[in-house]
Amino acid sequence: MWTPELKDEKEKRRREKEWYGSTEVPLILRYPSTSPRKTWYRFKKNKAALAGGILLLLFLTSALLAPYLAPYDPLAQDLYGRLKPPVWDLKGSWEHPLGTDDFGRDILSRILYGARISFQVGLVSVGISLGFGIIFGTLSGYYSGALDHLIMRFMDLLLAFPGILLAILIVAVLGPGLFNAMIAIGIVGIPEYARIVRASVLVERHREYVQAARSLGARDLRILLLTILPNCFAPILVKTTLGFATAIVEAAGLSFLGLGAQPPTPEWGAMLNQARILILRAWWVITFPGLAIFLSTLGFNLLGDGLRDVLDPRLK
Amino acid sequence: MLQEILHRLLTSIPTLLGISFLVFLTLRATPGDPARIMLGERASEQALAELRRELGLDKPWYIQYGRFLKGVLRGDLGRSIKTREKIIVEIKNRFPATMELAIASMIFATTLGILAGIISSTRRYSFLDYGTMIGALMGVSMPIFWLGLLLILVFSVNLGWFPVSGRLNPQLSLQTITNFYIVDSLLTGNWAALKDALWHLVLPAVALGTIPLSIITRMTRSSMLEVLGQEFIRTAYAKGLSERWVIYKHALRNALIPIITVTGLQLGFLLGGAILTETIFAWPGVGRWLVLAVQARDFPAVQGGAMLLATTFVLINLLVDLLYRYVDPRVKG
Repeated sequence: MWTPELKDEKEKRRREKEWYGSTEVPLILRYPSTSPRKTWYRFKKNKAALAGGILLLLFLTSALLAPYLAPYDPLAQDLYGRLKPPVWDLKGSWEHPLGTDDFGRDILSRILYGARISFQVGLVSVGISLGFGIIFGTLSGYYSGALDHLIMRFMDLLLAFPGILLAILIVAVLGPGLFNAMIAIGIVGIPEYARIVRASVLVERHREYVQAARSLGARDLRILLLTILPNCFAPILVKTTLGFATAIVEAAGLSFLGLGAQPPTPEWGAMLNQARILILRAWWVITFPGLAIFLSTLGFNLLGDGLRDVLDPRLK
Repeated sequence: MLQEILHRLLTSIPTLLGISFLVFLTLRATPGDPARIMLGERASEQALAELRRELGLDKPWYIQYGRFLKGVLRGDLGRSIKTREKIIVEIKNRFPATMELAIASMIFATTLGILAGIISSTRRYSFLDYGTMIGALMGVSMPIFWLGLLLILVFSVNLGWFPVSGRLNPQLSLQTITNFYIVDSLLTGNWAALKDALWHLVLPAVALGTIPLSIITRMTRSSMLEVLGQEFIRTAYAKGLSERWVIYKHALRNALIPIITVTGLQLGFLLGGAILTETIFAWPGVGRWLVLAVQARDFPAVQGGAMLLATTFVLINLLVDLLYRYVDPRVKG
């Protein structure tokens, strides 16, 4: 027999334990604290977030240390060693652990260098989205009125396009290429960041500490940058983490369509695009670059979800 | 209700105007002379002048925009530079293919997603629940284009169960009426074509539907969990109703509203995702056509395709919004 209340009690206790370590804590301490120690504690308890962190550590290591880790030059061709299967295949060898592509390039090296490119994509695109998102969002939330209306209607307009379609349109204007793809993805992301920032600013600007700062004679810019923005940190951090995942997938998607990184750049999406014709002959050429995209996206998503649970339970 | 619909339709006009202006800008904002970009460096001066006149580039921008808008309203989006075919005709042939794919993925994602979500929520913390949630988590992070290639690799190349690409076996003939192959084959009673069209639809629909499926599953689970903890559910059990009845008649109905919202949001995502899926499966829809047009710098075609997809997106969102009000009468705007 299914007993809702029993399950509920159990769930409640489980949750409380997860949050505060023990259910035997005085009530005053149970209020979700944002102190760094508590946050770190909750984060450690969150297995999914930890798994995401580990995946990202792998991703960052390969991005930063690619030249030292990669056994070969990612662009070096070896026409005698084309389409070698990975090491666990009968015909594979340790020379090329993940095999080679149709130009005899080492796939492991290309994937390691690809992490570098994807990391750059994330930094540049998220940087654009975040920068403009913060500018538009704070202006909109702080000043409200006509300016708010104007900015938000424009943001709505950008949101009226499916994301990848807008990115494709922007690339159509700027011309195909990795850098233009980064710009396009950055622009596509702006409205979401602007909305989040605006919503947080709207909440914070009426708080007492803001009034206190104003009564002390602080000017708008100081209030915005030093008083309000730091308090909007949590939702922005969560969105930024999740935004990295979106940016990486979208950039790979554009490259896959031939509108982003161009060959022979070892970009994961571009590698998949070039490997498409080999689908009947070499499964590894298709499998590994995609796996790299998948794992890094998964890492950022897990970490983002975890951060959200830890930093701000209300956002769940 | 009718008033509501009219009101919403009217308020979406500024958005549509904005979209048309942005799409119009794609041609104008291109650095350099669009005519030269389209025709290439070696085009003759005469050809360039002709194209400029045809595109109206010799007129000031507001007249150009007015003409573009007039054309859009009359269903005249100009001619493709590459094929010289009328763009509206090209779209008419391809749009049903995109919609057929999107609808199929949506059916796949909602039926399976709601079912998985219900099972997951009623057997919380079981292996089945953990498995579903891990699967959903992975599904959200799955790049469509990679999933598509993997599906082809496993189910077409290795197992040979499904066709690699296309919409219909070229050896089969199908009289097209609506250009929705499933509908057409049903209308003409062409069972061989129906089976083949459905067969071609499976892999692309799964590839396109996986992300919505994961999101709908997660949403259904959390929405159901919230409802299942409420008192009227306990009352229903206390009355002695069977578990199945309580879950499907009492809980699911109340959990449905957030599920409809996410589902609606996913419909828009499908239009974007279709661009990638159609490219992988050589599906002859608007998305693939649009990508080819961008690569060929065929700007009138790009404008036409983008205008169509963005307008459809806005209209779908409008529809979902209205449906939402219908399901939950508490929402009044």
